[in-house]
Amino acid sequence: MIIYGTALLAACHLLGIFIGDLLGQLLGVKTNVGGVGIAMLLLMAARLYMLQHNKLPKLTELGVEYWGAMYIPVVVAMAAQQDMVSALRGGPVAVLSAVAAVAVCAAVIALINRAEALSPESPDAAQLHNPLVAAQE
Amino acid sequence: MLDILEKAALHNGLVTAFAVVGLIVLLAGQISKHLTFGRVHGSAIAIVIGLALAYWGGTQTGGHKGLADMSLFGGIGLMGGAMLRDFAIVATAFEVQPLEARKAGLIGVVALLLGTVLPFIVGAAIAWGFGYSDAVSMTTIGAGAVTYIVGPVTGAAIGASPDVMALSIATGLVKAILVMVGTPVAARFLRLKTPRSAMVFGGLAGTVSGVSAGLAATDRKLVPYGALVATFHTGLGCLLGPSLLFFATKALVG
Repeated sequence: MIIYGTALLAACHLLGIFIGDLLGQLLGVKTNVGGVGIAMLLLMAARLYMLQHNKLPKLTELGVEYWGAMYIPVVVAMAAQQDMVSALRGGPVAVLSAVAAVAVCAAVIALINRAEALSPESPDAAQLHNPLVAAQE
Repeated sequence: MLDILEKAALHNGLVTAFAVVGLIVLLAGQISKHLTFGRVHGSAIAIVIGLALAYWGGTQTGGHKGLADMSLFGGIGLMGGAMLRDFAIVATAFEVQPLEARKAGLIGVVALLLGTVLPFIVGAAIAWGFGYSDAVSMTTIGAGAVTYIVGPVTGAAIGASPDVMALSIATGLVKAILVMVGTPVAARFLRLKTPRSAMVFGGLAGTVSGVSAGLAATDRKLVPYGALVATFHTGLGCLLGPSLLFFATKALVG
């Protein structure tokens, strides 16, 4: 059933946020520490476990994958409620940080890839893992 | 007639938000296809439209929640709010194949760490240079230089102000567009040829939409390799941003 997937996602989400809050309290900060990241790790572990024990039917997967596919639309909605008017006053910061970050990363990518011994190996088959996220995303 | 339609939209805020965002994404897809010939990713254009609408909403209402401050678009506040946003982000973890990721080996991990730490340092340093000298703002803007997801997630976790959050998203957005447009142009310089190089690229270039669109425009075969690492990227950033990187920044600037 599709609700199993969504419920699994919800459980991982809540548990991750809970652990993040707990971690924050342990570390003496009043903030959530890495809750979303912990939730992601939990979901990956749950998925692995269920796959290995043959307990992951397609419908259950779809209950999670739907929300994964909704990721970009949700981010669009998030963008639509930002305080743009205040943000635009700091315009050069955004552009300069982005340009500098990309430039530094590009240099490091070029450096690492130049160290790779070029062997004529072809990329082995890999598929898109979410059938609900079409190739355009 | 129009009154009844407006009432229906008002009373069904979240449903209205789905329709509005669907329309934005559709429009963005068309612009991407016909005006930029697929060069600029549809999702990036959709987010730009979202930010433009937020600006318009902000100037109309004088509030701090962009379009969501207009009663007709109140549902946008729920759809793009912290709850559903984090829910969707966690869901993307399902697309990561740990076995495939393990094949990337050490170099993938190194690229991931560098791809999180380097943009963070650059972003935070520039934020500091422009007078955002408190640890929360520096961390949020630095995290925004990682990806436009890591930025707001980090900012929300450590309590950044809305304008710093928007600045952080804007930083990530500019970065995503740069990666999308710049990748095919710089593919030779980046030595983007093999799966391994695509994984290094995915780890260091960061943003998922930037990486997938940039690689698609370069070599379609490389897309899953780069995107795979980039998927980890957001998770790693969300894990490190509000924790390790925030503490390190706090220790440095107090």
